[in-house]
Amino acid sequence: MRTLGELTLGRRQRGGRVLGLAAAVLLAVIACAPGQSSTSGTSGNGKIGGTVHVLATWSGSEQDSFTAVLKPFEDRTGITVQYESSRDLDADMLTRISAGNPPEVTGAPSTGTLNKLASQGKVVALDNIVDVNTIKSQYADTWYKLGKGSNGKLYQVFSWAAMKGLVWYDPKNFQAKGYQVPKTWSDFTTLLAKVKSDGTTPLCLTMESGAASGWPGSDWVKEIVLSQSGQKVYDDWWAGKQKWTSPEIKQAWQTFGQVIGASGANVYGGPKFALATNFGDVGTPMFANPPKCYMLNQGSFITDFFVKANPALQPATDFTFFTLPAVNTANTGSTVMAGDAFSMLKDTPQARALIQYLVTPEAQSIWVKRGGKISPNKSVQISDYPDPISKQVAQSLAAAKVADFDAGDLMPSDMRNAYWTAVLDFVQDQSKLDSILANLDKVQASAYTSG
Amino acid sequence: MDNLAQFLTVQLPTLIAVVIGVPAVLAGYIVLGELLIRRLPDSARPSVRPWLWVGPALFFVAVFLVYPAFGTAYRSLFNRPGDAFVALANYVTVLTDQTVWIAIRNNVLWLIFYTILALLFGLLLAVLSDRVRYETPVKSLIFMPMAISFTALAVIWRFMYSYQPPGAPQTGTLNAIVTGIFHADPVTWLQDERINNFALIGAAVWGISGFAMVILSASLKGIPGELLEAARVDGAGEVTIFRRILLPLLMPTITVVGTTLVIFALKAFDIVYVMTNGNYHTDVLANRMYKELYNAGNFANSSALAVILLIAVIPVLIFNLRQFRAVEARR
Repeated sequence: MRTLGELTLGRRQRGGRVLGLAAAVLLAVIACAPGQSSTSGTSGNGKIGGTVHVLATWSGSEQDSFTAVLKPFEDRTGITVQYESSRDLDADMLTRISAGNPPEVTGAPSTGTLNKLASQGKVVALDNIVDVNTIKSQYADTWYKLGKGSNGKLYQVFSWAAMKGLVWYDPKNFQAKGYQVPKTWSDFTTLLAKVKSDGTTPLCLTMESGAASGWPGSDWVKEIVLSQSGQKVYDDWWAGKQKWTSPEIKQAWQTFGQVIGASGANVYGGPKFALATNFGDVGTPMFANPPKCYMLNQGSFITDFFVKANPALQPATDFTFFTLPAVNTANTGSTVMAGDAFSMLKDTPQARALIQYLVTPEAQSIWVKRGGKISPNKSVQISDYPDPISKQVAQSLAAAKVADFDAGDLMPSDMRNAYWTAVLDFVQDQSKLDSILANLDKVQASAYTSG
Repeated sequence: MDNLAQFLTVQLPTLIAVVIGVPAVLAGYIVLGELLIRRLPDSARPSVRPWLWVGPALFFVAVFLVYPAFGTAYRSLFNRPGDAFVALANYVTVLTDQTVWIAIRNNVLWLIFYTILALLFGLLLAVLSDRVRYETPVKSLIFMPMAISFTALAVIWRFMYSYQPPGAPQTGTLNAIVTGIFHADPVTWLQDERINNFALIGAAVWGISGFAMVILSASLKGIPGELLEAARVDGAGEVTIFRRILLPLLMPTITVVGTTLVIFALKAFDIVYVMTNGNYHTDVLANRMYKELYNAGNFANSSALAVILLIAVIPVLIFNLRQFRAVEARR
């Protein structure tokens, strides 16, 4: 019965199998190291068996990649991973926790929600499960600290990341029009105006994403906050200590308003198209002939969507990126990143084994090689990245002076959802900014207080 | 992976246990109960027997409906963490929130337009299809959307309403019609606040009209043909027959279907959640309740909203039950 499952999987992901084998060998070595698997109740042949449930957001091609990551783990341990994906992850997670039936392991982008759950004692601390010293040495300090709860214990470990604030463009389009990659914020705004005066809309922006609609616009705002007013304001802001109506945050929204232009005139299709179109289709007008827009700001994962919509596109020749210049030059080199963190909601030997596996560079490099993800783990080699663009993204992230985590994902989920909706309202009608921000202040007042 | 193994070792035995086990338990319950009742004196039997039969249903309703309803009402009187009694403070919070009032307004829109349109289409289709030879295929086609879940329906209609900028080829059916036939600018059906509520209601009506049609059609078949013959002999036109004979005779059924639709309208959730998630002023109470509960984890506000929704439904429910009994009594 087991072979049947393997057969169907093997056929789909033959490439993954070879890598998987290599990883399995490495893992076997790790498993033999003293003190590593002592807690997991390993039986004689090294197989634990049993089942572990994982809840995460990955579906489609991302789910295929995650399955490939799990394959060597399942082969080695005999544990079956029951994977479930959800686009409304917080809701699913909270329901199952309150029902007393949480998945053992979650891979969630919403760090803020998990911190809240950890402070309520609903998340298992990982300090005795993974080797904290190894994590400390392999991860940049930012990532390690992000995973720690208010009590100093480790609750979340990041496996894959995406870098935000990347402006994607088609170098052939830029060349044809003689546009230069902007080095400074004023270069960038000048370029926007130049494309506009040449008779095309400079930007692509689409924000529909089901229950999460609005987040692509919210990325713009948070990137502007960080590079305009600096890390202190940014951190106070997501922590609920900086009001939305404060001059710094308001200024960031206004700057975003200038980028998209009055009534969204800088955006292809205007606000209507931006609101009505799925975020994954953002590249379609840019790759049209003639191009309908020249630049789009999106996280590093978007290349996956480019290629899926148009398999002929080649990284580097058809699309590449520049990092969004800092609004305030004092903050040059600061970047926003996002990532999915693994946490354990229920302590079982199978869950322990899985978490121990997922934090290894071996496990993480499997997905890295398949494309679309960057590993925050320093032990994953640059040479593991499959194409020049992802190599470049990984280098940019490593070179970033300040890498701050996605503010939206750090906010409590009701704050974050209100933020997304506010972006939609703002893009639709920029003149409402004051009342939009006042309403966000109201949500802020209650969102951080209690669980 | 191992889906087959999972199915054979876990799901299949469970399925067998459910398919065979549940009827077996019920049969055992009835046989045992009847045996016990036979031991009772003759006079006591009629008063005990009904309870035996409705017992399981009452049990499940009590455990899964009544108890949670009271639990929710009780919870709505406590603060957010649930450790202090706050009386009606949650209701004040909710009812002074402007966005909740937008949701209430939208529920009213749903209540009026969804109910009336579904009834109107249902009645029209029932009466018209009654007069053609190909009645069955027509009715089957119109009833078909009932077989689709609301979520699938909402996904389908999102494609129907999809938007491309003016000049670009329209991928949405409705905008293709608007631009191709009427040569007007495409419309953002789900974002434009003047029409988006109606776009959502329209999709819902498409899904439910078949339900109204089938029930009204069944009732229509119950009206004796001689009655219509007699009216025609007396010189009544088809419109008069509809107004003076069919409509009054159908009225009790129309009321029952109508009140059922009103309850559906108040419960509206799936379509709104999938198509707009309540953005652009399309929120409804049920979706708002969902957001309070799952996004905010706010049990206080969400249970208050649930109780408000429950209170709004109760009068309709009572009216519906009365009407249902009246129809039964007339049989």
